[in-house]
Amino acid sequence: MLPHLDAAYNLARWLMRDGEAAEDVLQEAMVRALTYFASFKGVNPRAWLLQIVRNTAYGSMALNRGVVTVPITGESDEAIAAELVSGDDDPEAALLRSRESRQVRALIAALPVELRETLVLREFEEFSYKEIAEATQTPIGTVMSRLWRARQLLAQAAAAEGLP
Amino acid sequence: MSDPQNSLMPGCDKVLLVQAELDGELDAAQAAALEAHRVGCPICQAAQVELLRARALMRGDLYQAMPDAVRARVIGRLRQVEPHAPLVPRRRWDWLRAPSIGFGLGAACAAAISLLILLPERNDLVDQIVADHIRALQPGHLEDVVSTDQHTVKPWFDGRIDFAPPVKDFAAEGFPLRGGRLDYLDGRPVAALVYQRDKHIIDLYVWPAGGPTPHLGSDTTIQGYNVVHWTAEGMNFWAVSDVEHGQLDEFIALWRRAP
Repeated sequence: MLPHLDAAYNLARWLMRDGEAAEDVLQEAMVRALTYFASFKGVNPRAWLLQIVRNTAYGSMALNRGVVTVPITGESDEAIAAELVSGDDDPEAALLRSRESRQVRALIAALPVELRETLVLREFEEFSYKEIAEATQTPIGTVMSRLWRARQLLAQAAAAEGLP
Repeated sequence: MSDPQNSLMPGCDKVLLVQAELDGELDAAQAAALEAHRVGCPICQAAQVELLRARALMRGDLYQAMPDAVRARVIGRLRQVEPHAPLVPRRRWDWLRAPSIGFGLGAACAAAISLLILLPERNDLVDQIVADHIRALQPGHLEDVVSTDQHTVKPWFDGRIDFAPPVKDFAAEGFPLRGGRLDYLDGRPVAALVYQRDKHIIDLYVWPAGGPTPHLGSDTTIQGYNVVHWTAEGMNFWAVSDVEHGQLDEFIALWRRAP
């Protein structure tokens, strides 16, 4: 499972939008994956692990529902970006990161969670539609329309912010 | 952008194919057919421009790299849980090469097949229950009635289903009731009671035990979720959760003891 630890962290971080919550989810998901690894019979351990991360994250969000809400649009996108995506990052890395990447991160972080996870699995993990459908337990048609909505919202929000 | 559902409805039913092509999901013939359509469709042309723009936005440094401290903590914890666990997958068929195992394999297969034949319903239902539990954890699905008061949850089911599920609260024992919802399992509407144990959710599905209820053994584990079944008071009970086995057993013992 360790070769997929980075992918697991990336997904947990994008779903939870908070470093500490992501670490909790990652811990729990990895322990669970380890415990049940013996019963894993598929051919794609990364997809299997990410499905566990995702279910764990949803479990955690179900408990905290209503505590953190982030509007899709709002005047304080920069503040949200600061709070959500660079909270406990390595300060050096944060300095190097361009302003544009920070803005795009904030826009992705502001997407509704089901659009966000679809986009993250597609763009960062390069999952096929079928793999996304399996990992998110969603029909392929829904995966396609979620991806579409995620990209439209992202492109429109970027245009509104004057990003190239 | 106030209502993303509506403002984003594509004006041509081929735009999702434009997207599928950019994602490498179309074969050559499908791509050629799409190209023939796109030359005459301004909506699809505009969609492609926007999709390329969205893709370009994602090219930046966006991957959430794991801080070394987090990596060390996670791996440390895993070593604590299971010091000798294989943290990388073993080669799949290595065990087949062990000569002593090859012999028993035929018998094991036969046993597994007969189990599948004898217990199809059970496997089906357990899968349904786990799938429903996972679905319920997604945003907005967990509870239809949110209340920690059993006297609110119980009447809520009146008129929604044709039986009155027993509702009990174990807040004092560390399993507070969070609410309830209606679900559909085994071809009928069922009551789902939602409990919480620390950071975990326990779903308890209840419906009348009609006809002869086969005693289905006690528990199963699927995808890391423990599922326990019992019948009492003329009802079927199925508890499913990712809490540790011992805690789920404790919950069930409480439930069965309570009046």
